[in-house]
Amino acid sequence: MFRFSAFTAACTLVLVCIGGLVTSKGVGMSVPDWPTSYGYNMFALPLSTWLTGGVFDEHTHRLVATIVGTLVVAQTRWLGGAASRRPLGIIGVSELLCGLLLLKLGPDWKGAGHFLSGIGGLVLLASLVPVKNSPASAGIPSLVWAAFVLVQFQGLLGGLRVVLDKVVVSDTTLGTVLGLIHGCLGQAFFVLLCFIALRLSPVWQRASVPVQGGLRFLLPLATFAVCAQLLLGASMRHQHAGLAIHDFPTAYGKVWPATDSAALERYNHARTDEVEVTAFQIQLQMFHRIGAVIAVSLVAACALASRASSTDPVVGRGVVIWTCLLGVQFALGAATIWTAKAADVATAHVAVGALSLATGVLVTLLSRRQSTVPIRDASHVSPKTAIWPGSVPS
Amino acid sequence: MNTTLKTLVAVAATGSVLNAAELTGKITVKGTPPPAKAISAVKADPNCGKTRTDDAMTRTWVVGADSGLGNVVVYIKAGLEGKTFTAPAEKPLIDQVGCMYEPYVTAVMAGQTFQVRNSDAFMHNVNATPKINKGFNFAQANAGQVNEKVFDKPELGAKFACNVHPWMISYVSVMENPFFAVSDKDGKFTIKGDLPDGKYTLAAYHQKGGEVTQDIEVKGGKATASLAIEVKQ
Repeated sequence: MFRFSAFTAACTLVLVCIGGLVTSKGVGMSVPDWPTSYGYNMFALPLSTWLTGGVFDEHTHRLVATIVGTLVVAQTRWLGGAASRRPLGIIGVSELLCGLLLLKLGPDWKGAGHFLSGIGGLVLLASLVPVKNSPASAGIPSLVWAAFVLVQFQGLLGGLRVVLDKVVVSDTTLGTVLGLIHGCLGQAFFVLLCFIALRLSPVWQRASVPVQGGLRFLLPLATFAVCAQLLLGASMRHQHAGLAIHDFPTAYGKVWPATDSAALERYNHARTDEVEVTAFQIQLQMFHRIGAVIAVSLVAACALASRASSTDPVVGRGVVIWTCLLGVQFALGAATIWTAKAADVATAHVAVGALSLATGVLVTLLSRRQSTVPIRDASHVSPKTAIWPGSVPS
Repeated sequence: MNTTLKTLVAVAATGSVLNAAELTGKITVKGTPPPAKAISAVKADPNCGKTRTDDAMTRTWVVGADSGLGNVVVYIKAGLEGKTFTAPAEKPLIDQVGCMYEPYVTAVMAGQTFQVRNSDAFMHNVNATPKINKGFNFAQANAGQVNEKVFDKPELGAKFACNVHPWMISYVSVMENPFFAVSDKDGKFTIKGDLPDGKYTLAAYHQKGGEVTQDIEVKGGKATASLAIEVKQ
């Protein structure tokens, strides 16, 4: 179960990376329809079309999303145990019927109808697979069901981002807004899957006591800072304002750039790209820079606090890994500007950001866990399956 | 590129007699714009790379002889209030060739049909994101495919993009009357049409440089104008 959940989380990280690449390259609308691709069933898109420019990134994102969706449904069936058959069956039939009903309503509902009936069929199929095991230990089924709901909602958001791209609300397209929510929710979904994998891992099952002292409060604070950074970064990316300031560590040659109308005109006239930056976008990037310093400082403070106290060794190692990730993330942020937002560098920045958030959340949760009795499964796990060396009780 | 407007204009609502008029002039740039850059992604793309021997260049600032500024939409902004015009029957063409839009800037009248063509042997999508008119996004999978579209409301600089090849950008300005042109690479423009003698405000709109205006007077069907767009340093 642990390996399967870890695999699902790893696939989700790949999905986040491809999604990041789609945004970095600005190719999100290269496939104008959904859930079909250029009118084809998404699994039957001709190879020649798939391999054309940005279509490759966007269509691959859709295919990998389908794989992740299938894995999450399978995980729900497996970890939900024999008891998951009935709810999955009811949900599957309901979605299938709703989807077919939407298809009857007319062409405007075609996309949502295909999506619902498709996913309903998959869920129904999962309910028919014989599973005899009992549900995973307390708390895990709830997390798994949350992931089950989230993956479907996330898929729908991704599709609506395409379908509603031309709808304008208060000078902003719904496509931009939904794309931003889709990006942020993708990160949250990844963190949730990582947590499910952690709950099933030998690391969680070993005896431990909650971390005390300053670290207990520093860890959630630093995690919050990383999360806020991700939200700011996502806002910048989805406005395509990542290069609202093109120099670093200075900003238009200054510590804090001017954002009056004359200055904006000057900045925009000097650009050779098609982007017209606004004062808000410049300020957003400045706050992202300040946020980066705060996040790195807080995580570094966690590392110092961890070394100073007799912290649980697993939490200690987690903090070290987290600190390294933040260091890499800071360097990638700078490199994103220095390379004029090269797609691969910007995408690496997104991927390491997702890993940083997941690590922060997991380390924080590990630090607050209290367990005096190792759970029986832990003793059966070989050291090879431990995600951190030394984490399996002897 | 010099875009000439042919006399396809209906009589104004006032019923006054219109004369064939010709407005000529030049748009210049004041200051030093950033130089054009080669778009390396074009040659790096497996399909697009085969279509070009030259480098595709950015066209944000196209500066020609004697500081002439290209890709500027020049139009009669004021002086025709209360008059209505029929959209020209001519259908301007926005082509996709060598993984670039040609031309970079197009002007049409509200209600005028324009064509979008794919001259490449592989697929492009045409994603129009105007702020006032209704946008669209469709695919052109085959070489030679032509689609016709119409924008109903006046709007400057509606963006067209191909997301399959995200460097492909083009702008379409939608005008209220048929008296407009786009300046050529040397900044020269000619507006032809049944424009009666009188006083007007001529505007020049550049995607980056913004808009400048000049009061002009058409006498005997002739007028000339020179407008300068400043690059803020």
